[in-house]
Amino acid sequence: MAKIHVTTTINGSATEYLCDPNQTLLDVLRDNLGLTGSKEGCGSGDCGACSVTINGRLVCSCLVLAPEAEGQKINTIEGMAQGEKLHPLQKKFVEMAALQCGICTPGFLIASKALLEKNPSPTETEVRYWLAGNLCRCTGYDKIISAVMEVAAEMRGAPNA
Amino acid sequence: MSEIQYRVAKNVKDACAAMAAAKGKGYILAGGTDLLVQMKSGTREPGVIVDVKKIPEMVSIVEKNGAFTVGAATPAAVIGEHKKLKKTWPGVVEAINLIGSTQVQGRASAGGNLCNASPAADSVPAMVAAGVVANIAGPKGKRSVPVEKFCAGPGKTNLKTGEILVSLTFPKRGKDASDAYLRLIPRTEMDIAVVGCGVSLTMKGDTVKDARVSLGAVAPTVLLVDKAAKALIGSKLEDKALDAAAQACSDACTPIDDKRGTIRYRTKIAGVLLKRAALIARDRINGIEHRGHR
Repeated sequence: MAKIHVTTTINGSATEYLCDPNQTLLDVLRDNLGLTGSKEGCGSGDCGACSVTINGRLVCSCLVLAPEAEGQKINTIEGMAQGEKLHPLQKKFVEMAALQCGICTPGFLIASKALLEKNPSPTETEVRYWLAGNLCRCTGYDKIISAVMEVAAEMRGAPNA
Repeated sequence: MSEIQYRVAKNVKDACAAMAAAKGKGYILAGGTDLLVQMKSGTREPGVIVDVKKIPEMVSIVEKNGAFTVGAATPAAVIGEHKKLKKTWPGVVEAINLIGSTQVQGRASAGGNLCNASPAADSVPAMVAAGVVANIAGPKGKRSVPVEKFCAGPGKTNLKTGEILVSLTFPKRGKDASDAYLRLIPRTEMDIAVVGCGVSLTMKGDTVKDARVSLGAVAPTVLLVDKAAKALIGSKLEDKALDAAAQACSDACTPIDDKRGTIRYRTKIAGVLLKRAALIARDRINGIEHRGHR
């Protein structure tokens, strides 16, 4: 099968790859580029473990064809920390033990970051609906929701009493 | 797997030519939230995938003389962020925003929801009630059909080879009009409708001047229920009129029995949703906000 040459930007870096026409963006991230932070859970857009943003828009990378990334700006979990400095959401997830096995965590972090960029003061209900497309099968959701709410409060500069 | 091609269409003509050349093995890629899942499960095996997201008119929302034309591949999230469209057609926009998760909303489109031709599609009953027109382009030129005439059956549209859905036009409407869409699902989020019902009303004072009623997931295609609309027109939405319209909805149902709902249940719920949706549409005309599903 003839490969397609794609030029794109991933986590701020210009990136090129060759892919099959029907390969997903998730497969290219993991298999071709070694960015294994994005996980494959269901492969059908139900679990959110493969969440990335394309031009700032939250999507499941398992439902994006790799050639579609041409000319776009992709952000993955690998771009979330600045070197050794964790993003406030990452720090809070660790502090509050909002993870157990960790498979769903990159997806939750990417989705939560997208939420707080769009809505810095979400209600708990809004957080729960926004994250309804991210499934966790071990820790459960309460700690994750609490962590997101706390980070939102901190980022607004109003410590949660 | 046989050789697959991926093509980015530059314009509508280019997309139609690619689809015509594919001789029935062509598939339009809009948000891909149905197509990619179907490719993985083997239910669809495209020879050519035609990506239409680089065609400006297929991914934009344009208002002209009070009518909105929404590109068929415009992501649901973008539609939900269009304040004026949402204010004018709150029922349709809410229905579009009910499709899947936040992630799915970032890609899925109303055009894709229509072309996937599921009888349980959420946006379709709302668009039927709203009187939305599907704008189609093909090798023989352009044509437009009402959304209720677009699908032929579960998974089947009336598009001919080489034809594509370009956009959806929402008609102009006055201030005394609004709409609502309700669906019943066994959970609160991320599920497929057991029954969906769309209602669009135009009022004069407290009397219904015009109405359109639609039902999803109760027949092979989404239904426009004229008899229910007639029962509402001229009424003040009193119990008698709502009961008659609800009965007309139940009478129109020819559903299947499946794990989501029995024939009897779906038939009854169709009438229940009609009553609630009609009252929400009226409230919206009177300036009372409804969060609807959330």
